[in-house]
Amino acid sequence: MIGHKLLKLWSSGRSRWRLHEGITRCGKACYSSCNPKVCIVGSGPAGFYTAQHIIKARQDVEVDIYERLPVPFGLVRFGVAPDHPEVKNVINTFTQTAKHSRCSFYGNVNVGKDVSIDELQQAYHAVVLSYGAEGNRSIGVPGEGLAGVYSAKDFVGWYNGLPNCRELSPDLSCETAVILGQGNVALDVARILLSPIDSLKKTDITQPALEALAQSQVRRVLIVGRRGPMQIACTIKELREMVNLPGTRPEMVATDFEGVAEALKDVPRPRKRLTELMLKTALEKPGEKEQERRNKASRIWGFRFFRSPIEVLADPNHNKIAGIRLAVNKLEGSGEGAQAVLTGEEEDVPCGLVVSSIGYKSLSIDPSVPFDSRKAIVPNIMGRVQQAAGLYCSGWLKTGPTGVIATTMNNSFDTARSLMEDMDSGTLDLSAAKPGSQSISALLEKRGVKPVTFSDWEKIDNVEMMRGEASGKPREKLLKVEEMLQVART
Amino acid sequence: MATSAAVRSSMGLTLRLSRVIPDCSTCSLYRLRSCVNSAANLQRTGSADSFRTINRHLQTSIGLYHSEEGSSNAEDPEDVVNVVYIDRSGQRIPVKAKVGDNVLYLAHKHGIELEGACEASLACSTCHVYVNAAHFDKLPEPEEREDDMLDMAAMLQENSRLGCQIILTPELDGIELTLPKVTRNFYVDGHVPKPH
Repeated sequence: MIGHKLLKLWSSGRSRWRLHEGITRCGKACYSSCNPKVCIVGSGPAGFYTAQHIIKARQDVEVDIYERLPVPFGLVRFGVAPDHPEVKNVINTFTQTAKHSRCSFYGNVNVGKDVSIDELQQAYHAVVLSYGAEGNRSIGVPGEGLAGVYSAKDFVGWYNGLPNCRELSPDLSCETAVILGQGNVALDVARILLSPIDSLKKTDITQPALEALAQSQVRRVLIVGRRGPMQIACTIKELREMVNLPGTRPEMVATDFEGVAEALKDVPRPRKRLTELMLKTALEKPGEKEQERRNKASRIWGFRFFRSPIEVLADPNHNKIAGIRLAVNKLEGSGEGAQAVLTGEEEDVPCGLVVSSIGYKSLSIDPSVPFDSRKAIVPNIMGRVQQAAGLYCSGWLKTGPTGVIATTMNNSFDTARSLMEDMDSGTLDLSAAKPGSQSISALLEKRGVKPVTFSDWEKIDNVEMMRGEASGKPREKLLKVEEMLQVART
Repeated sequence: MATSAAVRSSMGLTLRLSRVIPDCSTCSLYRLRSCVNSAANLQRTGSADSFRTINRHLQTSIGLYHSEEGSSNAEDPEDVVNVVYIDRSGQRIPVKAKVGDNVLYLAHKHGIELEGACEASLACSTCHVYVNAAHFDKLPEPEEREDDMLDMAAMLQENSRLGCQIILTPELDGIELTLPKVTRNFYVDGHVPKPH
């Protein structure tokens, strides 16, 4: 029967053909099983940008995106700060990709637990790992486990509604908070801790976080880095937001900036502009209006440079932190490669909250996938996983957990190009048809796993937006996976 | 709530009349309810986000939207601005545009692969382009926020600008916009990874 159809189509002279095998139970037309099928693990920016590029590059490829949570978009939803809604506009682009006829989203599927990488590789011509970095680097000092010490990843997850951070309940009853690390995530945390509540009220920050911050006693946030002003990892937009944050004033150590102005001459533009803004904020005498504003400010923020944590100090009477002991460093070398070297001096800073923002970290998803545990990435060359045919990676899993959406976009397009090259050159064997989601869906059903489709997500999306409207927020996020699944099944 | 709804709809009308947001009623994408970028589409769903979206367009996007269907005006030769996009493979793509067109959305209209992740809100650098020397100086100075975003772009050059901030004027006729080539390096901006 099928052979007869094939003959008819070939003889009609069409060089590329599709055999419509009819409509399946789920109402989707099934294209020929000869179409290349790609599976992407992870639905954050890396997953979606890789999918977008693949779909655009070849008219026959079908892409399935698997996501552990019922909801898509990864760090765009759970990492980008609530007061940066424009950065989240990229969701519109991702939505277009998800709704493309050759793209399917399967949420609530835990790759590594519900289905193995091996099973995915059997079902698809290529598997792209884009599951990012869900772990964090530990500080590696005594006292790290005390109450009052949080990773920035968890703190951000808490105010952004990541389900497994729902019960973080950080203690905000202290006056001083110390943030370790000086990247954009550290600045996000500082800004959320010190923002006027009225500006947070209209964002998609979770209601419990909003209530906790409304009661917060935190009035002073120190953002601590091992090296100097010239090595700071944040970018100018975030620094400017701190400088302009209403109700706050900066408090820096002038000696930290010795020699910095002179070193600026040959520095590339981005570093130069960033450092100039820091210098101005730290050293320049403010104009009358600015001085008045600073005098009225009730909240303080500042950078502390050349300090490494060596111990989190406990309050002997209560089982929580009393402060943090810092080692004083000096710099050897200059620029990006400068190294922090211990001087032997130490300094104790009293504080009630420590947020460690020293980096996210990828985890191994499956023992069959090569993993470099020192760099915490999947070893690869241009997105092709080494010693693993048909396996690719994109995003933070590929290059390490740094970079903004634009970086991840370029990174993902690169991986997609490698994949396309391999398809075109025959390196990736496309001659054998693969069953794709048909077999995986059957497997999942047998295992009692019910995927969440993109239109199921849209039900969740609508419920969140409706709930937000009541309080003038863009959305009120559902905080529990069970709640999300409940809405998805309606 | 009724008052704010009234404010929202009158605000929307004002913005449509002043052409800050598109009058989507003439666009086929809107009619098919498949335009996800349409501020008016969001407004129709009644989401509180829509007001914010409109505000964002007012505050941050200096471009005038043009409906996907093309302008209702007849082609006025004085209105025409010739633009050449040079894509990542080096291919030259000449485009006939109009005064007031936004370089990012013009690229989209012609299928040129210029991303605009934040949708012209000055919150990303994905629409980064190089402007040819002859026209670079004719562009108005970037505002501080554009410079801040440009600082994050890979392979920043002297003639770098964000496409979403370039609005075509008659004197920009003949402008050439080159899409930065993304290198095949591990780190696309040539950055050398720091030891952990």
